[in-house]
Amino acid sequence: MKADIVIIGAGISGASIAYHLADKGATNIHVIDKSYLTSGATGRCGAGVRQQWATKMNCLLAKASIDFFEKAAEILEYPGDLEFKQEGYLIVATTAAEEAQFAKNVQLQNSLGIPSRQLSKQEALAIVPHLNPDAFLSATFCQTDGHLSPFKMTEAYMLAAKKRGVRFSFFEEVVAIETDKGRIKAVVTDKHRYETSIVINAAGGYAAEIGQMAGIDIPVYSENHEILATEPVEKMQGPMVISFSKNIYCQQVPHGSFLMGRSDPTVEKGHDINSTWTFLRAMAKTATELLPVLGNLRVVRQWGGSYNMSPDRQPIISGTEDLKGFYMACGFSGHGFMLAPVTGQLISELVLGEKPSFETEPLSLTRFKNQEDVHIEQSVV
Amino acid sequence: MDKKNIIICRCEDVTLQHIHDLLEQGYTSFEDMKRLCRIGMGPCQANTCGHLAQREIARHLNVPVESVPVHKIRPLIMGVPLKALTEDDVHES
Repeated sequence: MKADIVIIGAGISGASIAYHLADKGATNIHVIDKSYLTSGATGRCGAGVRQQWATKMNCLLAKASIDFFEKAAEILEYPGDLEFKQEGYLIVATTAAEEAQFAKNVQLQNSLGIPSRQLSKQEALAIVPHLNPDAFLSATFCQTDGHLSPFKMTEAYMLAAKKRGVRFSFFEEVVAIETDKGRIKAVVTDKHRYETSIVINAAGGYAAEIGQMAGIDIPVYSENHEILATEPVEKMQGPMVISFSKNIYCQQVPHGSFLMGRSDPTVEKGHDINSTWTFLRAMAKTATELLPVLGNLRVVRQWGGSYNMSPDRQPIISGTEDLKGFYMACGFSGHGFMLAPVTGQLISELVLGEKPSFETEPLSLTRFKNQEDVHIEQSVV
Repeated sequence: MDKKNIIICRCEDVTLQHIHDLLEQGYTSFEDMKRLCRIGMGPCQANTCGHLAQREIARHLNVPVESVPVHKIRPLIMGVPLKALTEDDVHES
């Protein structure tokens, strides 16, 4: 088979890339996924979308993405409900150091047009009355942050891409990438061989492995991040509540369930996505300390998913000099879902040779060559 | 009987009509359906609807029911309040 462009991975990034390329007139695009729709990190994520970041690049990417999400259903002509809500992210500070950092973050965010603000404890309690007043000092809040269904959003991109001629194959796994004299030649799956000159690696947790198949070393790895869902209850919490120091994010989704997750600092690198008792216990302790009334909610389900980690916790959205026609969108470090609109936009610009909407050096693969200069985004749970 | 009145997933109110609509749209695995209409996401965790949906998928694809993968079973087996999970466990090392 022949394809002009092969996209590996039909998660939110691959689907967004496919849509953006097709919308600009690119043709003969084939998206390949080894499992079902949103089987990877997209369908396992916490479904939050936020702009409150500590690096300029993440702020800019996130803001542009929210701007898209606000109009996504209309632009993509999606027949379903994206379950988008903008009831904010409330980020609580629990130490003086965090308060000082958050003051700087808000200043940066405001300078970039993100309407975040610092709140006193009383102001935060007015927004989320069931917060334990003894568990935090103050907070920051951005009303336009919020929630979006990862499944529906991915489907929306996919349907819009299909309408523009893109083909999707599920349950088909890429096993090899053929190259010839520094150029992409073909993608081989367990079912077909696709002759192509352009490959886009949007393989999420398996981005490094896809890089290896093409002979390109991408400095990303995967790690398991666990999450749980409770039974649904009447609406009681508008914003996503997070704390970096307490290691928790927790939101009530429109359906009524609470979703909450945390990181395990001792987790080993790899593709394990199993659920653990250790997580369940630590999550329950943290959640009931910060939001005590949630202790009454029953946990119905827990699961894990891969964060694809980059050295500076910012994405790699890049081509490479070493292999013409090979592009990658990976290393989102847990935030690929919320950045998907700019991912699609930027990759489509790189592939089609258009002027990029954002400075691409800080997102490039080559930025890690100067390893001493890595500035790590700290606003990550 | 009207397919809109036949409940397949009683936790999330998913009807036979929903299932057949999704099958018609090309979503032929339980995992696809779960993510698009919440079938199996409620308190019983697909213990009731899982096999009903499996049968509908098999009929649609015209394959033996045993060849259709069943839903992924995740912990917990039954709902447990968060606060119960915070209590000290004497057996814990």
